[in-house]
This record gives sequence, C-alpha cells and structure tokens, in this order.
Amino acid sequence: MSKIMGLSGNEAVAHAMRQINPDVAAVYPITPQTELMHQFAEFHSDGLVDTELVLVESEHSAMSATVGAAAAGARAMTATSANGLALMWEIVYIASSLRLPIVMPVVNRALSGPINIHCDHSDTMGARDSGWIQIFSENGQEAYDNAVMAVKISENKTILLPTMVTLDGFILSHTLERVEILEDNEVKKFIGEYHPETSLLDVDKPSTYGALDLQDYYFEHKRQQFEAMGNVLPVIEQVSKEYGKLSGRDYGLIEKYRVDDAERVIILMGSSVGTAKDTVDDLRNAGEKVGLIKIRVYRPFPYNALREALKHVKALAVLDRAISFGTFGGPVFTDVRAMLFGNGVSLPMMNYIYGLGGRDIDKAQIRLAFDSLKDVVKTGKVKKEVNFLGLRD
Amino acid sequence: MSEKSWKEVPIGGLIVEPGNSKNYKTGSWRSFKPVWYEDRCIQCLACWNSCPEPSIFVVEGKVTGIDYDFCKGCGICAEVCPEKAHAIEMEPEF
Ligand code: SF4
Ligand code: SF4
Repeated sequence: MSKIMGLSGNEAVAHAMRQINPDVAAVYPITPQTELMHQFAEFHSDGLVDTELVLVESEHSAMSATVGAAAAGARAMTATSANGLALMWEIVYIASSLRLPIVMPVVNRALSGPINIHCDHSDTMGARDSGWIQIFSENGQEAYDNAVMAVKISENKTILLPTMVTLDGFILSHTLERVEILEDNEVKKFIGEYHPETSLLDVDKPSTYGALDLQDYYFEHKRQQFEAMGNVLPVIEQVSKEYGKLSGRDYGLIEKYRVDDAERVIILMGSSVGTAKDTVDDLRNAGEKVGLIKIRVYRPFPYNALREALKHVKALAVLDRAISFGTFGGPVFTDVRAMLFGNGVSLPMMNYIYGLGGRDIDKAQIRLAFDSLKDVVKTGKVKKEVNFLGLRD
Repeated sequence: MSEKSWKEVPIGGLIVEPGNSKNYKTGSWRSFKPVWYEDRCIQCLACWNSCPEPSIFVVEGKVTGIDYDFCKGCGICAEVCPEKAHAIEMEPEF
C-alpha cells in the first residue's frame, strides 16, 4: 500500500532515507542538498530512525565518515551537491575501490566557477569514471524510487559498489510534487538486512581495509571493479522488476518515449525529460515522427539497450546538461557516439549543450533541436555537431 | 610475478587473513632478476657478502642459488661478481 504525499524532491529522498533507516549518516549542508539532510535530521530528532548521525565539518569528512562506517559493516549514507562532491573527491574513489555499497543522493548543481547554485550535471559528470553507479531521476517520485532501489543494487553480492542517485537541483529538489511512498515495512522488507561478509568490527574474522596495494595487485583490484561494474545492468533490471511488482513502477535502464516508429529522436537525462515529453506530444499531434530516450542509468552506460532502441532511428540529438572542455561535445554525446561507432549503427548525431548553471530549458528550445534534425534526416549529414540551446549568441 | 589472478584475490584490496605479512613475498616487486650461472661461479661469496636481503642461498660455504621469494632485484650481486667470472646476469622480468 502506497501513501500519496506532497513532497519536494529533497523531502521525497529524505523519506526514502527514513525508510532505509541506515545505521550511519554523515551530514553536512550544501545548497541545494541542505534541505534533504535537514529533513532527515528532523526524522532523527523525532525518533523515527535508528541512524547514528555524524555531524561533520566538511564533505571530505562526510565521505570519510561514510567510508569508515561502511567498512565497519554499517549501512551508511550521506548526500551532497556540486562543490561538496568535488571536495569529497579523494574519498569518492576510495569508497568504490574498497567496494563499499554506500548510497549517496547527489542534488545536481553547477560546479563553480563562476559560483552558481543552480542545476546542471557538471558535478556528477566529473565522477563518471569514479567507479560509482550513477542513476538519474526525472522527478521527485523517481528520486525516491531510485534511492530505495539503489540500496538493493549496491549491496548485491556480485556488485558491492556505491551508487549516486541524482536529482536536479531546485527544479526537483525544491519543487513540490505528488509522490507515492511505500509503507515503511515494505521498504524494510524490500531492501532486507545488510550483512557484509567482512567488516572492521568483526573481531572473530579480522580484516584490514585500505592496505598498500602496489604494482603486484593494484591492477588486479581495478580489474575486479571493472568486473563488478559489468554485473550491474542485469541486476538493476532485476531489482527494477521486483520494485515494479511492489510499487507499480518498473523503470529499467532507459525509458523510451514514443520511440518505436520515430525517425528523429533526442536523448537526455534528468528533469528536462518531462518538458521534452510534452514537446514530443505536441510534435506528434502535428504528425511528426519524433520520440525521446531518457537515460536513467548513466554508469554503467546502458549501451546494449540504447543501441537496440536506436536501430531504426534516422537522426539523433543528444542533449547534455554539462560541458566537457577539450573533448568532442558533452559527456553523454561522447558516450553515445562511442557506443554506436563500430557497432553497425551509422547514425548522424547532433549534440546540444543546454541548461548550464540553471538556465531554463523550455519546449521552444527542445522543438528547435527536433527541427534541426529534419535537415539531417533529409541529407543524412550533420552540418555542425556541437551546438548550444538557450544561449545568447 | 608468481602471484594470484584477479579472480582469486579478495575484493577491495582487503586483507582477510590476519598476520599474513610474513607470507608476503616481496620478490614480486622485482623488475630485474639476477640469474646465477653455476658453471662460471668461482665461489668467492662476494654476492652473498653484499646482498642486502639476504637472498643468496649458501650451503656449506657454497652458493647454491638465489631466493626469488625475497630478492628485490637490486643488482648488487651482479655488480660485485668478479668480472672474470661474470656468474650473475640481470634479466628483465615483468
Ligand atoms: S639482486 Fe639484490 S637482492 Fe637480489 S640476490 Fe642480488 S643482491 Fe640480493
Ligand atoms: S660473486 Fe659471482 S663468482 Fe662470486 S660467489 Fe657470487 S656468483 Fe659466484
């Protein structure tokens, strides 16, 4: 039985955390995540969780405390945004290499500078090679659902990797939505108890965490991480199915929206997907064969699902809410191109960078992207690959 | 390196067997390996005298081989081995 509530994205994830009831949570404020942990701390003060809150003095400490707690065998969580994630950097890699299944909501915000507190994906994009699973959310509901599922995904014995559950700063984190939350005991049963095979506090089976690992084994341990990442996608599909049975919401790796007979398709992630779906509906009503693909799981990259979904498409635009300097287009564009190239799909592709630093994206901008693909369908050629939406020229 | 494959070692770089440092064969750090040629050895024991580990096996006053479990490949033995004997040669090892 679900309960319907009016919640901001931050509150929705805080409720997920309340129901997950982690053993330890490290708390440090940063806009726009602050409200999330604030709400969770309130649950803590109200005696609704058994969590030990660690009030730390920086994000570097927040991630360190979370890693320490997880190594000690606890189910441990923290949350952050932008520069907070940047300050955690060193320990972010240690969490994944120690194979600690930490779940961390990241409220996406532009990475300084110039200093900015609004949404784009530059913060988590920087961590795309860090060995964390990354799941993006379209709305508050999905952020809640992703946070619950992430625990089960991360803790899967064939994975044991940390997960970032992202939600767009302000656009989702501070917007009130209708959110269905599960019963507390349903979540408890769904995620089960966490019993790690080794932990620092297991005195009967002592173990050392974080030992020096040189030329002889470092490489082997990286290979193990690579293997674990390779196990993630089928597990996410499995967990999504189970979650679908419980909640009625089965997500999968990507979401296809009116793609099946579409000639022109855009790919994007996060909150703009809602606006883009509306745009697709408008264009479909006008008889245009357009559709969109939402990438939910960005790391590991769902290459097979995407390749399959794009088979019949004639022209594609990838919308990136992050910029990557010195490469060829935005990070999602680069990944999609690399995934298609050499795999028998020859598809003309455009890249649109949009929405940096919280710049609004509206239907007119998305329509522009679709319109520009008309010419690509006709000629099979892309005039200019990397473009900007909503930028004053 | 005579070490285990990535499929065999505990994940996360964990050490799950307490007090196992004595089993840690530091010989795997080596990138050059001394190879001893018995036929050319004049048994002067200069190598045994200079090896910092020590990793030169000596039985009843005679060099019998090299302990590759702990030899770190520093090359001192080959350096001190008299030129006319030239009984130890360093070979690359990866
Ligand atoms: S290479 Fe160095 S450590 Fe190895 S046997 Fe020779 S002197 Fe000893
Ligand atoms: S230094 Fe050379 S010749 Fe002398 S004992 Fe060692 S190997 Fe033999």
